[in-house]
Amino acid sequence: MHLFSREHLSASSGIVGASAPAAVGFGMAAQQLNPGKISLAFFGEGAMNQGMLMESFNLAVAWKLPVVFICKNSKWAITTFSKSVTGGKLLDRPRSFGIPSVAVDGNNVRAVWRAARRAVKRARSGKGPTFILAKCFRPDGHFLGDPLLRITRNPAKEIKKMAGPLIRSVTSSKGTGITKRAGGLGRVGFLIGRTYKEQFLWPRDPLKTIRKKLKSDRERLARIEGLVSAEISGLLPNSLNDSEGLSTHA
Amino acid sequence: MPKASRRMLTFAEAIDDALAQAMAADDRIIIVGEDVHTIRLNLMARFGKDRVRAAPISESAFVGASVTAAMAGLRPVVEVMLVDFIGVAVDALLNHAAKIETFSGGKWNVPLVVRAACGGGYGDGGQHEQSLWGWLAHIPGLTVVVPSTPADAGRLMLAALTHEGPVIYLEHKLLADYWLDYMGIGGRDTVTFDVPPDGASGLVPETWQLLPLGKAVIRREGSDLTVVGVGVGVHQAIAAAELLSHKAISAEVLDLRTVAPLDREAICKSVEKTGRLIVVDEDYMAYGLSGEIAACILEAGLSVAYGRVCTEDTIPYNHTLEKETLPNTNRILEAAREFFKQ
Repeated sequence: MHLFSREHLSASSGIVGASAPAAVGFGMAAQQLNPGKISLAFFGEGAMNQGMLMESFNLAVAWKLPVVFICKNSKWAITTFSKSVTGGKLLDRPRSFGIPSVAVDGNNVRAVWRAARRAVKRARSGKGPTFILAKCFRPDGHFLGDPLLRITRNPAKEIKKMAGPLIRSVTSSKGTGITKRAGGLGRVGFLIGRTYKEQFLWPRDPLKTIRKKLKSDRERLARIEGLVSAEISGLLPNSLNDSEGLSTHA
Repeated sequence: MPKASRRMLTFAEAIDDALAQAMAADDRIIIVGEDVHTIRLNLMARFGKDRVRAAPISESAFVGASVTAAMAGLRPVVEVMLVDFIGVAVDALLNHAAKIETFSGGKWNVPLVVRAACGGGYGDGGQHEQSLWGWLAHIPGLTVVVPSTPADAGRLMLAALTHEGPVIYLEHKLLADYWLDYMGIGGRDTVTFDVPPDGASGLVPETWQLLPLGKAVIRREGSDLTVVGVGVGVHQAIAAAELLSHKAISAEVLDLRTVAPLDREAICKSVEKTGRLIVVDEDYMAYGLSGEIAACILEAGLSVAYGRVCTEDTIPYNHTLEKETLPNTNRILEAAREFFKQ
């Protein structure tokens, strides 16, 4: 949340959507001080309902800034199912500002690479921003104590805690009518059900899969984990050499 | 200042003159904001439209962008026209500009100047005439500058541009003639406002040198009473001190020049001598500069008679009602009379 590296021009923020103006600023500095360098903004689809994001799209187009906006669509904005609070299509928003926008499968490295390469090239050549909408999993809750995830992970314990107050609320005198009360309960059920469904994505985590499969062969697991961690630790320096001057903001 | 190296400039000219001097010396300084092609047209003509960059009316985007532009090596002076309009961009200041140095363990700083016009007295109401310096100074990590004379205005602009952290630079509209013309006079010769002549124009040096931030100055020496203020409040205090002198009351006037950091030492030194204090603060009274000054005196273990002349409510649009709401010389005199009743 508060990770920074001045050397890599890489910054983060705890404010949803703040990466967009931040990337615009890095883009401004690149345009003025280091032409040919670009900036990247990472944010979730929840941020797409922040005004500062729309303003940043506009600014990046108006000033032809070398920015790539990357929206990681995990379908969840904190504990809100994004579709239930979002009008229109996400891709139509950057497009309406005149930003070339593409959707990719965020779990397909090749697809992400291809889209990013086009976007980076466009930014480097001074043609302005690109928007990439990447479908992603959400590996965990928005915050550690995400109540919906806790319920689905440990229903016996959590439902016991919430049942009492919930029943008291539904049966209390004064308030809305029976139909709307049922609707409210239905909404709670929907959110829990939806969260439960998303949990099924968990086993697709490749590290989790391999750990499960090689539970008995610890030696081989250790070797594979070593390979992965070596790969990851080599990734950042290599990518910095490959594509000098990327600045990132997540 | 030696006589030969002085010239007469208006408050507004002094700021832009110092800014031009700094921009000529440092390519990293850029101006970003709404209508800067109009309000800084001389600077645009001299430094080009890339360094005087006109922005759409999108404060949260362009103030936010200026924060990281500063982090990446530029020295932006970002303009939001009136400080009232900073509301929609507060996230960029409160959660980013003010905090990044601490969050990064002191490794990354934000050399950003936010320039805005502030203050009232020309009948423009509560969304265009606020001062907000205390409200902004409340946030740790922000420096807040409020000059009261052309010489200070230029020198403090230079200090703001040299400072390694974010600075809010506020120019009062009764001092900056172009703002008063845009917002109040509108080219009419039938209206006049209480413009302090010594604040609206004055002698300035030929070459600008920076004035250290956080240093108050005594504008008038006195022994019976201290009046502390910033911006136009300083001139109202000087006028009140002049009138009080006719009644054999000797008032000292202290111009804070910066609200944050606050020159606590200068305040305490003055009230230790006079034993009486009036704070003139055009910003809101509650939870603001006037209370902070009272706290700093208490913390120093001093016991003084205390009064304050501030803005207590939403500023009315009606010019007659507005005059009663904002601090003025009469209100300062009334507060002083409380001390010398017997």
